[in-house]
Amino acid sequence: MALVLQQIFNGLSVSSILLLIALGLAITFGLMKVINMAHGELIMIGAYTAYVVQGLFASYMPASAFDWYFVVAIPAAFLVAALFGLVLEMTMIRYLYGRPLDSLLATWGVGMILQQLARSIFGAPNVAVTSPSWLNGGLMIMPGLTLTYKRLFIIGLVIVCLLCMFLYIYRSAAGRRMRAVMQNRDMAASLGISTRKVDAATFAIGAGIGGVAGCALSLMGPIGPALGTYYIVDAFMVVVLGGVGKLLGTVLGALGMGLANTLFESFTDASIGKVFVFIAVIAFLQWRPTGFVSLRTRSLDTTD
Amino acid sequence: MRISEKLSMNSRWRLIAYLALAAVLLAAPLYLSDFRLSLLAKFLAYAILAVGLDLIWGYTGILSLGQGVFFGIGAYCMAMYLKLEATGGKLPDFMQWSGVTSLPWWWQPFHYMWVAVLLAVLLPMLLAALLGWFTFRNRIKGVYFTILTQALVIIMTTLLIGQQGYTGGTNGITNFSTVLGNPISEPGTRLSLYFITLFALIGVFLLCRWLVTSRFGQVLRAIRDGENRVRFLGYDPAAYKIFVFSVSAGIAGMAGMLAVYHVGIIAPSMIGIVPSIEMALWVAIGGRGTLIGAVIGALALNWGKSLFSEAYPDMWPYFMGLMLILVVVLLPRGIVGLADSLRKLAVRRRKHGERAGGNLPVIRESDG
Repeated sequence: MALVLQQIFNGLSVSSILLLIALGLAITFGLMKVINMAHGELIMIGAYTAYVVQGLFASYMPASAFDWYFVVAIPAAFLVAALFGLVLEMTMIRYLYGRPLDSLLATWGVGMILQQLARSIFGAPNVAVTSPSWLNGGLMIMPGLTLTYKRLFIIGLVIVCLLCMFLYIYRSAAGRRMRAVMQNRDMAASLGISTRKVDAATFAIGAGIGGVAGCALSLMGPIGPALGTYYIVDAFMVVVLGGVGKLLGTVLGALGMGLANTLFESFTDASIGKVFVFIAVIAFLQWRPTGFVSLRTRSLDTTD
Repeated sequence: MRISEKLSMNSRWRLIAYLALAAVLLAAPLYLSDFRLSLLAKFLAYAILAVGLDLIWGYTGILSLGQGVFFGIGAYCMAMYLKLEATGGKLPDFMQWSGVTSLPWWWQPFHYMWVAVLLAVLLPMLLAALLGWFTFRNRIKGVYFTILTQALVIIMTTLLIGQQGYTGGTNGITNFSTVLGNPISEPGTRLSLYFITLFALIGVFLLCRWLVTSRFGQVLRAIRDGENRVRFLGYDPAAYKIFVFSVSAGIAGMAGMLAVYHVGIIAPSMIGIVPSIEMALWVAIGGRGTLIGAVIGALALNWGKSLFSEAYPDMWPYFMGLMLILVVVLLPRGIVGLADSLRKLAVRRRKHGERAGGNLPVIRESDG
């Protein structure tokens, strides 16, 4: 019993990170029909930002303040990744709208360059980020079931991010413009919405959330230049599973993917578990080919 | 009348170019060192895969980033045979290290060369047909399908690494000695393997050319450009897609099988996500939707890579990333498309005012 609960808890924390990663992907794909494979590298940038902030705190701040570096690292990671995203959108992505396959390859190229860049700057071996002391230890519920503070913190962080995204998308003027462009780009443009600005802002926000995800990942273990590659395909499976265009779909997709991953891996071993997860995804798509939730459209030929 | 004349002129030139390329490749053993010849043979095996990938991507509009899996299955089938021949039918070394005491049943068929060759092509075809059956019939297409193929690559590599006792893990399968009793590193064997690979490439090229120039090929292009219209005309796009995906997987398996001879090892890192993307890059650089473009792209990029990596190993990822961006954004029709445009430009210059052939093949993303 305790073991199963522990697995579910671990699965939840994996789901929450996947959710954070997939959120940015789902939004940019839904809005611009662009597959951003460099998203994994934005995660990596967020993680390295945490590493750099930690280094700065260690050198320039009193030792007593060190524990609070992580509080600074989260917004810093958001800003740095968002800035990268903005530059990427303005220099390349905007020429690839509506060409998902082409954008997939081109952004993969960007990802390779960023990865190699990180390797030149920070070196190829993984680096460790010391987690703040207030995140060590855990909450013991019963023997065999410990909720570590790190995982709890990550789940909390994701809930906060999700809430912010919800408020932004469904309760703000900018979010309303975004939804309008997503549903009908031409009509939104005719009504005076600057689709270009909406695209750039949305892409930057998605990238920023990826950066926060990277920051969270730095708590889970050492980070390296290829950090994003491990998660990017899983995150895209979340998008495939959840469907495009609604926040709820991404949440359900991430829950499904994260739980399936941990549960299958605990029943079998890690490599066989992956096979079962894949089979489960394919089986699920037999039932709902467009994912849990999808925007209804009357047009027959959509670009996705 | 004029148009048909021009076309026949065109195809005559094309035939001459093909024959010239074939002659250059056939004569390669005369002017290349053994080492370079072996490299070229490896690239020819990659070119076989590229032709198969072009068949589904360039002609049918399905981007599979899972070709590494099919390549890998073919390669592992042949490697298992070569390994068993090297150990004389006894337990391979990596199995002993992992504490496996007897040869697993699914290794048994690989005592025989013909079984290995057959399975190297049939297993990828079967896997592709299964995946195609469960996706194309549900109209899962475009990037969704591409992502699924990428997930397949991850699974394949984790499985190979995880099941170390049966697959050799990260190190893969290597240390081969003979093939059908002939020492594999001897120049004579190498030469015959080179020619086998070259003829396989020519055979695959002709097969695919026949496929794309037939009515079948027209339906494929129609699926690429407007899948729903094809459906309304009474065709079943899913059946065509499953078939062509399966053929392409078989070709990739064959390429993998041949590549093992020339590389001498097969390991998970050779068939992972990045190599699979590189395969798409071969086709993209050469020119999607022209079979010869796929061959040229695979040869040029790999030749460039081996020169480049010898000089600056760290720079290759930068170069490859840059190529991906440039080809997709600026040169969507690749080298062949560029050559074509230049030629058209020259023709237009010569014949002032006359419109040069409006028959440009349009590469666009399928509406699927």
